[in-house]
Amino acid sequence: MSDDGINMERRRFLTTSATVAGGVGVLATAVPFVSTFTPSAKAKAIGAPVEVDIDDIEPGEVKIVKWQGKPVWILRRDEAALESITGLNDEVRDPQSEVEQQPGYAQNEYRSINPEYLIVVGYCTHLGCSPKKVLEGGGAPFGLADDWEGGFFCPCHGSRFDLAGRVFKDVPAPTNLIVPPHQFLSDTRVIIGEDSGVS
Amino acid sequence: MNTLVKSLYGLRDWVDSRYPLMKTWNEHLAKYYAPKNFNFWYFFGGLALLVLVIQIVTGIWLTMNYKPSADMAFASVEYIMRDVDWGWLIRYMHSSGASFFFIVVYLHMYRAMLYGSYKKPRELLWIFGMLIYLTLMAEAFFGYLLPWGQMSYWGAQVIISLFGAIPFIGDELALFIRGDFVVSDVTLNRFFSFHVIAIPLVICGLVAAHIISLHEVGSNNPDGVEIKANKDANGVPLDGIPFHPYYTVKDMVGAVVFLILFCAVVFFAPEMGGYFLEHANFVPADPLKTPEHIAPVWYFTPFYAILRAIPDKLGGVVAMGLSTTIFFLLPWLDRSPVKSIRYRGWKYRSWLAAFTVSFIALGWLGMQVATPAYTWLARFFSVVYFLFFLLMPFYTSNDNDKPVPERVTS
Repeated sequence: MSDDGINMERRRFLTTSATVAGGVGVLATAVPFVSTFTPSAKAKAIGAPVEVDIDDIEPGEVKIVKWQGKPVWILRRDEAALESITGLNDEVRDPQSEVEQQPGYAQNEYRSINPEYLIVVGYCTHLGCSPKKVLEGGGAPFGLADDWEGGFFCPCHGSRFDLAGRVFKDVPAPTNLIVPPHQFLSDTRVIIGEDSGVS
Repeated sequence: MNTLVKSLYGLRDWVDSRYPLMKTWNEHLAKYYAPKNFNFWYFFGGLALLVLVIQIVTGIWLTMNYKPSADMAFASVEYIMRDVDWGWLIRYMHSSGASFFFIVVYLHMYRAMLYGSYKKPRELLWIFGMLIYLTLMAEAFFGYLLPWGQMSYWGAQVIISLFGAIPFIGDELALFIRGDFVVSDVTLNRFFSFHVIAIPLVICGLVAAHIISLHEVGSNNPDGVEIKANKDANGVPLDGIPFHPYYTVKDMVGAVVFLILFCAVVFFAPEMGGYFLEHANFVPADPLKTPEHIAPVWYFTPFYAILRAIPDKLGGVVAMGLSTTIFFLLPWLDRSPVKSIRYRGWKYRSWLAAFTVSFIALGWLGMQVATPAYTWLARFFSVVYFLFFLLMPFYTSNDNDKPVPERVTS
């Protein structure tokens, strides 16, 4: 090959193949860097299931436990509370919990395995604030209406939920509160973050 | 004396034959010809640079005593405030500097809208500027988590949840950003890294690109007349004056006035009644309890009001994203042959006025608790906000613009 006879085809081939090989190398190198953003082994370990005693919760009381760093509420409901839930079926967006915000075993009107205990993640499904527990009915704080029957109110953007964590219509939150996977180990002990699939 | 001066010149020449020292000096200062009719609005570019320097310097010093961990962050900020000599001053300069940065940048952007500075041939200059603005918002957001107060924590929780609204990948993406199932020590640590090194590097690079492209096309002016169209025999614009010494000296006066105002806030009102430093942020982060009323810092509230105005989660997030990025399109939405507001017709003037009112009103609404009446107001102003942009191709193409003079007027 003479000095002035440039083989353009070969040059293009070499440029292209070098770019492709280099690009693959850059992408491969990016993998470990990007992967560091995912939850570490430690973060996952902290997310392990937690066992909770529930025999010390009085009716109408909430026990808060941390699971995966999130607040999980365990609310003990009495008969009146359960009646109020049934009465609100027309005012909530998803009365039968058809949107998958709960394991199959909690897909019912009361959104629980045992109607007496509601177990939900205490984060609003809108933008993740932790709603206030306004469990008493009536002329409640936060500018809630007089016919408020008790439930949860998110101060950030005004979403409201009933005593089953079901979202009311006309609020920004799109779905019901999340029921975490859980199962009863005995009548007084529950494990959150783990189930046997059916329970 | 004479030998000292001589040796200094010698040193300069020695450097100059190895590095384009005088060339750079001349291109960007001594022989960069800026229009002679700059007014008040032209202080804010230089002031933005000044605030950037303040933020970098105070930031470096804060980093020396701050601890980016969930256990120690809040206490380390209190330590800076109480136990480090003059630490309170450096911290207040940094926290006030953040608000001043946005004040200066908003006025700088508004100047461009008044005088059509984004129009051809300055489209790329405008895009670099917009990129700086978006990066600055990221910088402010990452920085706001660091004190690890209640507002830091729940603000980050809400903003990260915005990404969760994206269909299909949202939840995974939010998890990826946090690096944990909730905003935690992991999140704080990575936000610290972004805030002190990654984003500032990007900002500095973009600022360099912004200035280089400005000096390539030349500055616009309040008349919107291209001064390069009229040059003397030496190729110097007739309406241009060298940036140095004329505008370096003028900008120094602006800088002094600015620093007086800045110091007044730093010394007498560093919290600015809860607008610059929110009250809830004096309580350490509690992952189990949200404050009664949460709102972002004032410079994000117009967009936050738009987010809340839309009664749909994804729709709100999309509208908020659009409201900050739609400015990129200004050079192409604006069809008017006239740049400056001085020679624009009543249509553009009215729409700009409506936009200005909407932006301020949304900013105010974004700080309030969202009652139904306020939500409807926010919806109204959001519509005006977007119509300003969306209708721009129509009302600017047949406005009764006035004739533009050949030369600058004052």
